[in-house]
Amino acid sequence: MSQREQLKDDYLENRLIRRRLVLAAVFTVMLLSLVLGRLYVLQVLEYEHFSTLSDSNRVRIKALPPTRGLIFDRNGVVMADNLPAYRLEIVREQVHDLDATLEQLRQYVEFSDQDLKRFKQSLSRRRPFESIPLRLNLDDEEVARLAVNLHQFEGVEINARLTRNYPNGEHAVHALGYVSRIDERDLGKVSEVDYAGTTHIGKLGLEKYYEKDLHGEVGIQQVEVNARGRTLRVLSESPPVQGNNLYLTIDSRLQKVAEKAFGDNSGAAVAIDPNNGEILALVSMPVFDPNLFVNGISYDNYNALRDSRRRPLFNRALSGQYPPGSTTKPFYGLLGLESAVSTRDQEVYCIGYYKLPNEERRYRDWKKQGHGHMDLHDAITQSCDVYFYDLAYRMGIDRMSEFMAKFGFGFKTDVDSTGEASGLMPSREWKRGHDGMPWFPGETLITGIGQGALLVTPLQLANSTAAFAIKGLRYRPHLVKTIEKIPEYNRIDIVSQIVEGYSLQRESNWQHVHDAMVNVVHGLRGTAHYSIGRDIQYKVAGKTGTAQVFEVAQDEEYEEEDVIEKLRDHALFISYAPAENPRIAVAVIVENGGHGSSVAAPIARQIMDAYLLEPS
Amino acid sequence: MNQSLDNDTISYSRRIMDALRLDPVLLALLLILASFGSLVLYSASGADSGAVLRQGSRIVVALLLLVAIANVPLRVIRKFSIWLYIGGVLMLIAVMFFGEVGKGAQRWLNLGFIRFQPSEILKLAVPMIVSAYLANRVLPVGLKELVVSAVLVVVPVLLIARQPDLGTAILVGSAGFFVLFLAGVRWRVIISLGILLSMMAPLLWKFALHDYQRNRILTLLNPENDPLGSGYHIIQSKIAIGSGGVYGKGWLNGTQSQLDFIPERSTDFIFSVFGEEFGFFGCVVLLLLYLAIIFRGLYIAAHSTENFGRLLAGALSLTFFVYLFVNTGMVAGMLPVVGVPLPLISYGGTSMVTLMMGFGLIMSIRSAKRFLV
Repeated sequence: MSQREQLKDDYLENRLIRRRLVLAAVFTVMLLSLVLGRLYVLQVLEYEHFSTLSDSNRVRIKALPPTRGLIFDRNGVVMADNLPAYRLEIVREQVHDLDATLEQLRQYVEFSDQDLKRFKQSLSRRRPFESIPLRLNLDDEEVARLAVNLHQFEGVEINARLTRNYPNGEHAVHALGYVSRIDERDLGKVSEVDYAGTTHIGKLGLEKYYEKDLHGEVGIQQVEVNARGRTLRVLSESPPVQGNNLYLTIDSRLQKVAEKAFGDNSGAAVAIDPNNGEILALVSMPVFDPNLFVNGISYDNYNALRDSRRRPLFNRALSGQYPPGSTTKPFYGLLGLESAVSTRDQEVYCIGYYKLPNEERRYRDWKKQGHGHMDLHDAITQSCDVYFYDLAYRMGIDRMSEFMAKFGFGFKTDVDSTGEASGLMPSREWKRGHDGMPWFPGETLITGIGQGALLVTPLQLANSTAAFAIKGLRYRPHLVKTIEKIPEYNRIDIVSQIVEGYSLQRESNWQHVHDAMVNVVHGLRGTAHYSIGRDIQYKVAGKTGTAQVFEVAQDEEYEEEDVIEKLRDHALFISYAPAENPRIAVAVIVENGGHGSSVAAPIARQIMDAYLLEPS
Repeated sequence: MNQSLDNDTISYSRRIMDALRLDPVLLALLLILASFGSLVLYSASGADSGAVLRQGSRIVVALLLLVAIANVPLRVIRKFSIWLYIGGVLMLIAVMFFGEVGKGAQRWLNLGFIRFQPSEILKLAVPMIVSAYLANRVLPVGLKELVVSAVLVVVPVLLIARQPDLGTAILVGSAGFFVLFLAGVRWRVIISLGILLSMMAPLLWKFALHDYQRNRILTLLNPENDPLGSGYHIIQSKIAIGSGGVYGKGWLNGTQSQLDFIPERSTDFIFSVFGEEFGFFGCVVLLLLYLAIIFRGLYIAAHSTENFGRLLAGALSLTFFVYLFVNTGMVAGMLPVVGVPLPLISYGGTSMVTLMMGFGLIMSIRSAKRFLV
């Protein structure tokens, strides 16, 4: 029994093993078919899907930011260009431990919490493998220090990028505006595709208004990358197109003269060519350096600028609103004649104040003792308030509002920049809407000497003066003269637009007021004669003004010494020249400058001198 | 005239083969596969001819070992089995205590002059010892033989699995299992073993597997869960193979491979490089080549004159298949990621040497028939 069990039967065993071997062979074929089936699914049935995945793995679209267009003044002087600046940039995907890397980088280069914050913001909305700037504008020493140690840092790069530069610094800053880093708010407004790769955007002024022109067209590069995102080769490329160049109406030389003329004063001056609305100079003082903003202004610098008592960031020329004071008198004078409310010879006797019938309140003249007998000519030349109280009373606010609007009072000039205020020309409707109160006759008087609710921006005042200079024809003021289209370098001139102005009933009416304005400067009794008119080489028509900041109570006198500087009157001056054929109209406002004639008029004269006597 | 010359040439080379006791068919298939492998490796290594040369020299060394083992008489091999097995198990135990750690696992033993993985020895020693043990017994195997064989297999498998080296444990375990299978273990035993294993699966899952092993299995089920972590390998490998299409992107032109998207692309994941560059067509050819080698091994097993040769040659051939299946299955995203190379193609010397030595055994088995009968 046990003997038989021990017996081996090689034939049977061989058959058994062979059977099992065949079985195993069948099994291997079955399993391999399974693998092949799987491969068939992947490689044949789902080929398209995986092929697409493979391409999106390896092909990456890179945006090539365009170079920003250049800005020149009207004579080709460079106002804004682009300089290569070194940036420290990080590709997040290639950095393993970001915090450690940042910590290590601190050994070689400084960056503020603000840089870090901005960097982290950019990180959160980056495209894959995009390099995000951590620090802009590295200096040579920092570049050298970093370059030597860069091998320690994977994913950290130093890249030279063209960055906006304002070669003249603070010069004309309020005309130009500036660019700065794109922030969350900007991103909502621009196309993500067009601004892929762009780091800066116009924030203010021309730079913002002409952003579309200046920005240019983004280029696209298709590159092949490896699994670590390193670019291996360029598959195709459409290069970026530089932004269009702008030629301004601004004359840089004139602008400089005007800025210098202000000295330490705050204020604004605008010079316009009345024949086409070209803004020759646009000054707001004090100024600041826009380059600070390009590379990310530090909190300290920004706070210093923002909190400065003199408010350098405030664009007075466009956003500042001031009572125009006596500079409105020529306009009202013209209205008086045109509306036949008054005549050239009609006189008013000035006793130093004016009283409405049935009212006790006295409306004072700036000259306490009074001007005596005044006709229109003398009232403008000597800036008699009582004459204009009387005129305004007789014309009424409705006529005044309607007429002044035609010269642009109370309306934006629609200048090609940002931040323009509209000023205010009061009217019955405005008053009702404003505080629900009816219009009082006294307010007409105050409005009649350019005070009260009436407000103008310096640009508006210059524009109105320009319109007056050419007998009521009014142009839209503009800062850009020519746009040079890239890449064709076609120069397209901006056509001057005429907006609704005033058409004279009788030209002699205008001539009469004009003559009075000439006498303001050239006449012996003219308010600006002493300050600018004695040695002037050309004929100027002008008008001084003093705008009250501080309301003097009925029974008080305004004493300059008693009022702190902040509340002191603003000095104003408007003018155009040459009087016989005006080529330049100027409005100057000097904040808290006190008397208009002594402070504002000389600034206007320097601008006119520079423009008329030393042509570029 | 020509015909006779050809016949002369053929008989001449056959005489050389016989003198070297080699199987010309198997050798030719292996050489074709190895050269094919060098081409793929050249591409997978990023056109690194140095890597190909190093691998080439390993192939040469492995072939020399193959020839040497082919010339060892089978009875010597059979007698030697027990010592190889005992030595192997002892070294596995030594690894537990003195082993060097590499890639998170304790697998290497440093004997001063040579540094190797004892688990590799068991890939040969386990089928050898079980074949030798069963060769004298009456087949199909009885209960006692089954238990003894099972112990012989399970002890080294457990030692290897706890290193941890799941891939090798699977290979060693299946080698032992194949011997038992060929020796005619009854189906009801196999089936109940299968049922037992599947019942124990939850326990194994909980206690036997390491975290990373569990993760790999979970990842297989849903690689998109963790596309940058453990799922990355599988996703990128599938993209590579799938984007190869029917005819492939061409040698050296696989973007997934050349641009580094495939991890471990010259070792465990070399099949995805192959699939990307040679397409479905190339994969069919390659798998047929493998199948030919396996079938040749099974053929030699079937024609061996004694049970030791039959069992061993069969088990080794089937183990070779397990390499292939586990690796391609893993690369194609059908099986969890387990460290099993694509046999004779993946870069690396260890498995190359072991595999070629296995084929040396198979050739010795084939010669045994010719010389002993």
